[in-house]
Amino acid sequence: MSRIKEFNLPDLGEGLTEGEILAWLVKVGDVIELNQPIVEVETAKAAVEIPAKWAGQVRAIFHPEGSTIEVGTPIISIDTDPGAGPIEESTTGTPAADLPTPSAASLAAVEVAPAEGAVEPGLIGGPAPGGRTAVLVGYGPRTTAAKRRPRKGGVPAQASAPAAPVVRAPAVPVAPPTPVAPVAAPSDGNGRAGGPVLAKPPVRKLAKDLGVDLGTLTGSGPLGSITREDVQRAAAAPAAAEPLTTAAPTATAASFGADREQRIPVKGVRRLTAENVSRSAFTAPHVTEFLTVDVTRAMKALDRLRGRREWRDVRVSPLLLVAKAVLLAVKRHPMVNSTWAGDEIVVKNYVNLGIAAATERGLIVPNIKDAGRLSLRELADAMTDLVQTAKTGKTSPADMSGGTLTITNVGVFGVDTGTPILPPGESAILAFGAVREMPWVHKGKVKPRQVTTLGLSFDHRIIDGELGSKFLRDIGDFLSDPEAALLAWT
Amino acid sequence: MAKGDPGVTTRGRRAAPRSKRAAAANGPELVQLLTPEGERIESATGPDGTEYRVDFTDEEYRGLYRDLVLVRKLDAEATALQRQGELGLWASLLGQEAAQVGSGRALRTQDMAFPTYREHGVLYCRGIDPIMPLGLFRGVDQGGWDPNEFKFNMYTIVIGAQTLHATGYAMGVAMDGKTGTEDGEAVIAYFGDGATSQGDVNEAFVWASVFNAPMVFFCQNNQYAISEPLERQTRVPLYQRAAGFGFPGVRVDGNDVLASYAVTRHALDNARLGQGPSLIEAYTYRMGAHTTSDDPTRYRIASEVEAWQAKDPIARMKAFLEKQQIADADFFAAVDEQARTESVHLRERVLEMPNPEPVSMFDHVYPHGSAELDQQRAQFTKYMESFEGSAH
Repeated sequence: MSRIKEFNLPDLGEGLTEGEILAWLVKVGDVIELNQPIVEVETAKAAVEIPAKWAGQVRAIFHPEGSTIEVGTPIISIDTDPGAGPIEESTTGTPAADLPTPSAASLAAVEVAPAEGAVEPGLIGGPAPGGRTAVLVGYGPRTTAAKRRPRKGGVPAQASAPAAPVVRAPAVPVAPPTPVAPVAAPSDGNGRAGGPVLAKPPVRKLAKDLGVDLGTLTGSGPLGSITREDVQRAAAAPAAAEPLTTAAPTATAASFGADREQRIPVKGVRRLTAENVSRSAFTAPHVTEFLTVDVTRAMKALDRLRGRREWRDVRVSPLLLVAKAVLLAVKRHPMVNSTWAGDEIVVKNYVNLGIAAATERGLIVPNIKDAGRLSLRELADAMTDLVQTAKTGKTSPADMSGGTLTITNVGVFGVDTGTPILPPGESAILAFGAVREMPWVHKGKVKPRQVTTLGLSFDHRIIDGELGSKFLRDIGDFLSDPEAALLAWT
Repeated sequence: MAKGDPGVTTRGRRAAPRSKRAAAANGPELVQLLTPEGERIESATGPDGTEYRVDFTDEEYRGLYRDLVLVRKLDAEATALQRQGELGLWASLLGQEAAQVGSGRALRTQDMAFPTYREHGVLYCRGIDPIMPLGLFRGVDQGGWDPNEFKFNMYTIVIGAQTLHATGYAMGVAMDGKTGTEDGEAVIAYFGDGATSQGDVNEAFVWASVFNAPMVFFCQNNQYAISEPLERQTRVPLYQRAAGFGFPGVRVDGNDVLASYAVTRHALDNARLGQGPSLIEAYTYRMGAHTTSDDPTRYRIASEVEAWQAKDPIARMKAFLEKQQIADADFFAAVDEQARTESVHLRERVLEMPNPEPVSMFDHVYPHGSAELDQQRAQFTKYMESFEGSAH
């Protein structure tokens, strides 16, 4: 066995096909111990540290942080006997000049056959065009000689089949890591190009029995999967299948300039946001109402609050008053603080007040638990905490779950209002626009006043126009004269 | 641990004075004989007035420590092997060593245990080669040990199902007349806090209670059913559920190997004497992930994990041994070295495990085979052979 060992990304969960490299914990040249954590990898299930499988010295790191790697792809190479002197050609089975790094391209496309021999056909039913091996469970492609092969086929695709050892192109050692071009295998959109051949086991059996090589077919089923009919058609006219053999759909995709479009993988917060807003927008019938109010008195009240000694160190923003207004108005109209649950409406006797926050990770909506029970001072502190936590990216899942009603402060971006989409499970969301000095009729005269526009979206299944209007009106009343509202309502 | 040596004395007192229970003021009573700081508590009283104490020799104390360290180290090696692609999955016992070693060592040779898929510590105490579960999780065999030889059933993946198997087994023990003496047999079933919500577990409780089965229900409450916290399983402390089924329940500090031993030994002895089932809630914490497919940072906060780190089962045992001068630095170094050697040995053997022949899946379906099975095996063999020597 070679003293240079390449570690392939294993299936870290049960049936995962890929993982994203979050962080390298070692660098080229490091001497590492057995089981020393070397890399942090995030899969669809978990972010985990991978411990080194061998002690030795890191010779090369094949993928930079942030790249998504298919299971079975080499990610690091380790010299397991660094004290033994220079590497000899024969120790690796690949030309010495090519060491230590497999070419970026070959790795990126996962079209590299293991140096020691052929790839055993994977569980999906064998090598796909280009020699890729699909592995859904297990430990990555086997590096032993292939024992099993499809019974028939004689397919030209085998010119690039995995049985032939692939000579790796020279490459640049990745230290510091050079960006590796698209790591995910290209796809032509029907799941074929670089991907595994998709077909159900009975279809595979049929193909085998009829002597049809699935790799030569273009699937007409879901996600480009090969159907029973595809196989039967191919068996009826075998010659027709030939031209399709190694057509490389990826080549045609390149006819547009590579820079004219950028493809950003949808993941993390972006994916979650997309799922939530789509689900909400197409299940809860939204109605949005607007109210423009003169908040001059409220702004003055805020100034007086800031001037008080016991409030000296507290962050006091207009959003604080809006939150207070919402909480008081909820007490007067409890129905707005509810959830549509199919056969029933769940009205909450507590308010977990969500505050939409734009962070580096994207939009998140942490909420203040039991905000209705907090004094104004406690509310101010809670909001400061919430914003700080969100900014540092430390908002926990618990902070983001269980919200009952939300405020989105779009005013900070300098816009007047919006028609916000309800967080799933909530029935009302208030958009708070910018506070501007505007001409306003005040005591019979046009005067410059501080004015803002509120936008309230609500779930029309629960909240009728009348209730929504009253709720919004109350928020507006509070903001136009907070002192009077406090005296009148509390 | 000397087998057959009770090493524990208990005094049953059914009607405890209420004043004895004043300690319950800030939560349910927790039987504890070794504090997180490593201080020994002479004796502890259970909710029904039973007094628990242990009396181990120095050698036995050191033996328990060695068990704890070895079990943790082998478990860590298995986790690493999974991360390196050598196991398909692994359910780590990290943090639950004391509950497993304490209860595992409390078993007598004749007692039968029914594990979940996480009882690697109990398996170790039963004298089974620790490689066995790795074969299961590597997917090369079905577990491999003989449950009858070691009195330790196969791992059960289905949550809570083993409590019914165990109760049925315990009924068999009773019907064979193997209870009622001090040499009688008892049966222990392991499960977790999440399993208490399963129908199977509740059925087992009912059955064992009504038929006075010689059972110990040993619940390792590690606070999470994968991601669901304990408050989503129960409104009352789990051990109190036993009262509703009509048998005693006790909560023990599951990070205290001495108390876990004492409580389990007492419950097993009750069972073997024919006094029926008991429920033990070993209050502990899963320090790692549910399995290697899980990411606990998504549902619990770091400060909670830190709080439990301060209650580590091994650290408190080490502190106790040091304070009492039962063990010295040489001993601790020797244990660490033994753990290292055994884990390296474990790794080497895992990597050498042969893959099974596909046709071997027909081997253990029936003890003596069947004609239909033979036919299927022949068909499958023929099918496999059709791949070889094909033209390409």
